Amino acid sequence: MSQSAILPEATPLIRATSHWPDRSFRWLAIGAACMILLLIALVGWQLSRGAHLAMTAFGPGFLTSSKWDPVTDEYGAWPFIFGTLLSSFLAIVIAVPLGVATALFLTEMAPLRLRQPIVTLIEMLAAVPSVIFGLWGIFMLVPWLRDHLFQWIAHSWLGYLPFFKGPIYGVSMLAGGIVVAIMILPIITSVSREILRSVPNLQREAAYALGATHWEVIRIAVLSYAGRGIFGAAVLGLGRALGETMAVTMVIGNRPEVSASLFAPGYTLASVIANEFTEANSDLYISSLFELGLVLLVVTFLVNAAAQLMLRTLTGQGMGKIK
Amino acid sequence: MLHTKKILALALTGLVAVASASAQTLINGAGATFPAPIYTKWFSEYSKVDPTVTFNYQAIGSGGGQKQILAETVDFGASDGPMSDENLAKAPRALWHIPTVAGAVVISYNIPDSPKIKLDGETLANIFLGKITNWRDPAIVALNPGVRLPDIGIVVVHRSDGSGTSYIFTDYLSNVSADWKSKAGKGTAVSWPAGLGGKGNAGVAGQLKESPGSIGYVELIYAVQNKLPYADLKNASGNYITPTIESVVAALATATIPDDFRFSMVNAPGADAYPIAGVTWLLVYEQQKDPVKGQKLVEFLKWAYSDGEKMASSLDYAPLPDSVKERVLKRVGEIKY
Repeated sequence: MSQSAILPEATPLIRATSHWPDRSFRWLAIGAACMILLLIALVGWQLSRGAHLAMTAFGPGFLTSSKWDPVTDEYGAWPFIFGTLLSSFLAIVIAVPLGVATALFLTEMAPLRLRQPIVTLIEMLAAVPSVIFGLWGIFMLVPWLRDHLFQWIAHSWLGYLPFFKGPIYGVSMLAGGIVVAIMILPIITSVSREILRSVPNLQREAAYALGATHWEVIRIAVLSYAGRGIFGAAVLGLGRALGETMAVTMVIGNRPEVSASLFAPGYTLASVIANEFTEANSDLYISSLFELGLVLLVVTFLVNAAAQLMLRTLTGQGMGKIK
Repeated sequence: MLHTKKILALALTGLVAVASASAQTLINGAGATFPAPIYTKWFSEYSKVDPTVTFNYQAIGSGGGQKQILAETVDFGASDGPMSDENLAKAPRALWHIPTVAGAVVISYNIPDSPKIKLDGETLANIFLGKITNWRDPAIVALNPGVRLPDIGIVVVHRSDGSGTSYIFTDYLSNVSADWKSKAGKGTAVSWPAGLGGKGNAGVAGQLKESPGSIGYVELIYAVQNKLPYADLKNASGNYITPTIESVVAALATATIPDDFRFSMVNAPGADAYPIAGVTWLLVYEQQKDPVKGQKLVEFLKWAYSDGEKMASSLDYAPLPDSVKERVLKRVGEIKY
C-alpha cells in the first residue's frame, strides 16, 4: 500500500461541505482570528489619529527631544523611551536567570512532593495586582534599597562604575527594574518550566550515557534543546515589562531625565501617560500623550521583531520549526 | 416549569418598577478630585431636601471635567484651575465659572524631630528650583533662628500627575519668583527643575515619609488627616501664617475677584491670609439645555450657597465669605433655563 493511500489528502482552506456546523464553526474561528488583527490595527489607527497634531507639530524631533514642558507646550519622548527600554532591560537581566534557574530546580532537582506547592506559590505571585507591588515597593523595597543595598553597592568596587554614581534616593531606575523583574518572574518561570518539561527524557539519558555530570546534562541536553523556548519565555516577559505602569510609577521617581546612573530617578512611557492624561488640558498636550502611546506600541513591536531576528540569526531557524 | 414562570413574572415587575422610578431627574457632573468629598456630601444632603433629583458626579480630574462640559456630555463640570481663554473659546455658548469652596496647599517636610519651620516665597522657590540643596542653607537658617536644622540634603518631592494642587502651588511660586516664572511657570503639570514625582497626594506623602530631608506640597485636608508636619509661610503683608481654614477665608476675603470669577488668590494681601490657597469652580452654561434639569441645578446651587457652605469647614474646606457668596448667588440667579 502506498503512503498516499493511508494519509488523507491535504485539506483545502474551506472544505466544500454542506454540513453547516462545520462551516459555521470554521467561519467563527476565522472571524475570531481576524477580529484580533482588526483590534491591533484599530488601536494603531486610533493612536495615530490622536497623535496627528503632535506629529505635525514636532516631526521626528519628538523622538530625540528631552524637553517635557506642559506650560510652554513643548514635548519630547526621548527620556521616556530611554526609561522604558532601560527598566525593561534591567528587569529581563534580573528575572530571566532567576526564572530559568527556578524552572530548572522545579524540573530537575526538586523532590516530587515539593514541586506542586512551589508551582502554586509562584503562580500566586502572578495573581498579585500591579498596584500592590507598587505599594510594597514604595514602603518596603525602596527604603531597604536606599539604606542597605544601594549603599553597599556604592561603597563596593561597583561604585567606581558610572552606573552607580550620584545621590541615592531609593526611588530609581534600578528600583523600577527590580519591581518589574519580580512581576515578570512568574510568567518566565512557568513558561520555562513547560518548555523544560517538554524536553524528551531520551536527551537526558543520552547525555548521562556519555558520562556527563548533572550540570553537564542540564547544560548540554536540556538547556540547548530548550533554548529557543526559553528565549520565547523571555520575550513574553519583556512584553509585559515594557507595558508595566502602576508598579513602575510608584518606585521609579517620575523624573523625565536621562542619566547613566541606575540610582537616578527615571520615567517610562506608560507611567507618564497614566500620570498626566486625565489632567491634560491643551490639544497639543493630549496629542503628545497619544504620540507617546503610539511610540510605546511601536517600541513593543520593534523589540519583539528584534528578538525574533536575533533568534533566527543565532539558531539559523525560525520559531516553531522542530529541530 | 412553575419556577420559570415565577422568575419571569418577578423580572417583569422589576422592569416595570425601574421604568416608573425613572420619573427622577438625573443631573450628571464630572471633574475635579479636590472638592469631590464636599460635593458628595452636598448631593446626599440635598437628596433629603429634594428627593426628586439625583446627582451623579465622577471625579475624573479637572482636565476631564473641562473636556466633558465643552462636549456637553455632562450638565456641569468642576475644575480646580480656571479654564484657559483658548479652551473657553471652544464653548458653544457662554460658560460660567462658579466658585464653590477653597482649600490650601501646605508645605510638608521630613526632618528629625519635625520642628515647626518658617519659610518665605523666595526661599521656597529656590528650594524647588534646586538652588538651595541643604537644610542648613543660610536662607533657611535666617528664617528659623533657634531651630536645630540637620545638615542633610534637601530632597524635593512634587506631583507626577497633573493636579489642581500643583496649579495653585506653581501659581504661587510664579507670583513670588521671577526665576520660577521663567523656568517653569504655572500649570497643572510643569517641567519641574528638580525633585522626584509622586502620584497623587498619597504618593507625595509616601515619598515624604520615606525620605529623610525631603520637602513637598500637599493639600491642607490631606496633611491634617494624615498628621503630617507643615510649615508656616510668610504672606504678602510680612506675617508668618499657619495654614488653617480661617487663614484661607481671610485670603478669599481680600483677593481681587473679577466679574467672570476666574481669579487667583495666591499671595493675597490680607494680614491673616495664607498665601498658597485656591478656589475650585463649577462650570455651568448660562443657557441650560434642559429646562427641568436647569431649574433643578439652579435650585441646588442656591441651596449649596445658603446651607451647603456651612458643611464645608467640617470637612476641612474653606467656605466662601459672605461678600463673595452674594456675588455668586446673583450670578446663579442669572442662569437661564
